[in-house]
Amino acid sequence: MNKIKKVWAWAIGLVFSAVGLAFVLGIIFWGGFNTAMEWTNTETFCISCHEMEVNVYQEYRNTIHYNNRTGVRAVCSDCHVPKEWWPKMVRKFYASNELLHKMLGSIDTPEKFEAKRAVMAQREWARMKRNDSQECRNCHDFSYFDYAEQAGRSSNAHQKGFAEGQTCIDCHKGIAHKLPAIDQGFGDTLPGALPADVLHPVSTR
Amino acid sequence: MKTAIQKAVGIAALVLALPFSASAEGVKSLRETAVGGAEHPAENYREIRDAGGLLPRDFVQQPPLVPHSVTNYQVTLNYNKCMDCHSWSRAQATGATKVSLTHFRDREGQELSSVSPRRYFCLQCHVPQTDAKQLVDNVFSPAPGL
Ligand code: HEC
Ligand code: HEC
Ligand code: HEC
Ligand code: HEC
Ligand code: HEC
Ligand code: HEC
Repeated sequence: MNKIKKVWAWAIGLVFSAVGLAFVLGIIFWGGFNTAMEWTNTETFCISCHEMEVNVYQEYRNTIHYNNRTGVRAVCSDCHVPKEWWPKMVRKFYASNELLHKMLGSIDTPEKFEAKRAVMAQREWARMKRNDSQECRNCHDFSYFDYAEQAGRSSNAHQKGFAEGQTCIDCHKGIAHKLPAIDQGFGDTLPGALPADVLHPVSTR
Repeated sequence: MKTAIQKAVGIAALVLALPFSASAEGVKSLRETAVGGAEHPAENYREIRDAGGLLPRDFVQQPPLVPHSVTNYQVTLNYNKCMDCHSWSRAQATGATKVSLTHFRDREGQELSSVSPRRYFCLQCHVPQTDAKQLVDNVFSPAPGL
């Protein structure tokens, strides 16, 4: 009788301490994981690669999302890394491609960067188009746009655009960086220039 | 011989420049900063706001004033933001005035099929407006016929 009780107590104790251990380990692992996730979302991390620092970062420093009247900012990850768990994991997974190209030196000079900018920009536009500019809308909720407060050009474009099912990136390309060469019909066409209609694709939604 | 002339020229230049360098301290720009001094810091920039319509023109050949904000508009080797609204293909969608037909001519007056590259820098001629106080009084008035 006593023996059975002892075994029971021992078993229960074992189960509890195992659960406890898993719990503690979980916290450590999950915390560490999250810390790593958060750290890789900082501006400091992104610009630790000169490819990011000398090109896109310098350009972004002249824009409204870097410094402005109110000091509310958008950093790299706010626009480039989704906030939702699964899309974030997918984006971080694709980021390993950046590591590969870092090693290959695909964009390690300003000239190489410029040559590849059109490819990268179009990928980013396509991604934002697919998720209906989710990252922009995390901060800018257009259902709360006060059209009376906006400039006439903004409020006209927005009301017309949203009625036609357009999304932020359909109109706001080049909001944070220099655009790749676009053929706008000035004299001779620049080599490798994208046709002007990539900027305003016909809406499909 | 040559060096003597060079010396003489050098001394003459120095003597001539002396009074200017001495008085440059007192000379002020229209913005009230000393000529040699630093410019006003950037926070004195005025915010440009959209006027919400076209601004009146004062003489026939005047490049029309820009009636809206142009802050952060990219005009780079790759891309000209102004044309995103003012080009002939975009004007209808954006409600902007089409670039003038005169902008399709080169300096020999030859008609081109695209905007002449000499018009690339729109803001060279078309300037945005703020409600700043005039630095110098201006009594210009348009001809009565306009
Ligand atoms: C290890 C160095 C490194 C770091 C750190 C880094 N990048 Fe990059 N990034 C690269 C390289 C190299 C490429 C070019 C990839 C290619 O050639 O396809 C790139 C490409 C990109 C692209 C274009 C992607 C595409 O689809 O073409 C974006 C957007 C980007 N980086 C954003 C970021 C952001 C945001 C961060 C911080 C969270 C960051 N990068 C951190 C090296 C880096
Ligand atoms: C982290 C939040 C955040 C994100 C993400 C964000 N923005 Fe912004 N954005 C702001 C803030 C804050 C301002 C206003 C700054 C001010 O005027 O003080 C602003 C201003 C703007 C402006 C006004 C520009 C001007 O000159 O007045 C535009 C246009 C804009 N954002 C578009 C976008 C687009 C497009 C995206 C997505 C690619 C985006 N924003 C993502 C916070 C954000
Ligand atoms: C149909 C095209 C179009 C779409 C779609 C669009 N915008 Fe705009 N937006 C404009 C235009 C045009 C302006 C004003 C001119 C400029 O500065 O480029 C503007 C201006 C703005 C401004 C400055 C407003 C002001 O008057 O101070 C903000 C902020 C902005 N947009 C955010 C967004 C966000 C966020 C989205 C997506 C939810 C979005 N826009 C979608 C065309 C568009
Ligand atoms: C306000 C949102 C926003 C912020 C903040 C932002 N980006 Fe971008 N980024 C974009 C958009 C939109 C594109 C797509 C191309 C375009 O429209 O210019 C892009 C494109 C890129 C590209 C592809 C190359 C190119 O020029 O198109 C890279 C690399 C990149 N971003 C890195 C960064 C890094 C690094 C930071 C932080 C220093 C950053 N971005 C901050 C919106 C943003
Ligand atoms: C987002 C679209 C947009 C962009 C970009 C834009 N404009 Fe405009 N512009 C307009 C609209 C719309 C008008 C008509 C007046 C109004 O509604 O504000 C206008 C009016 C003008 C006018 C007055 C024309 C007249 O007949 O009096 C000039 C000049 C002008 N813009 C120059 C420029 C320059 C220079 C740039 C580039 C630095 C530029 N615009 C960029 C939309 C734009
Ligand atoms: C060398 C000076 C100069 C440059 C550069 C220039 N313009 Fe003009 N622009 C003028 C003058 C002068 C007029 C008025 C007379 C005329 O139509 O030629 C004018 C007229 C216009 C008009 C009014 C057309 C109308 O139908 O009333 C628009 C719009 C315009 N320009 C846009 C632009 C844009 C956009 C650019 C840049 C791509 C630009 N301009 C570059 C001088 C210039």
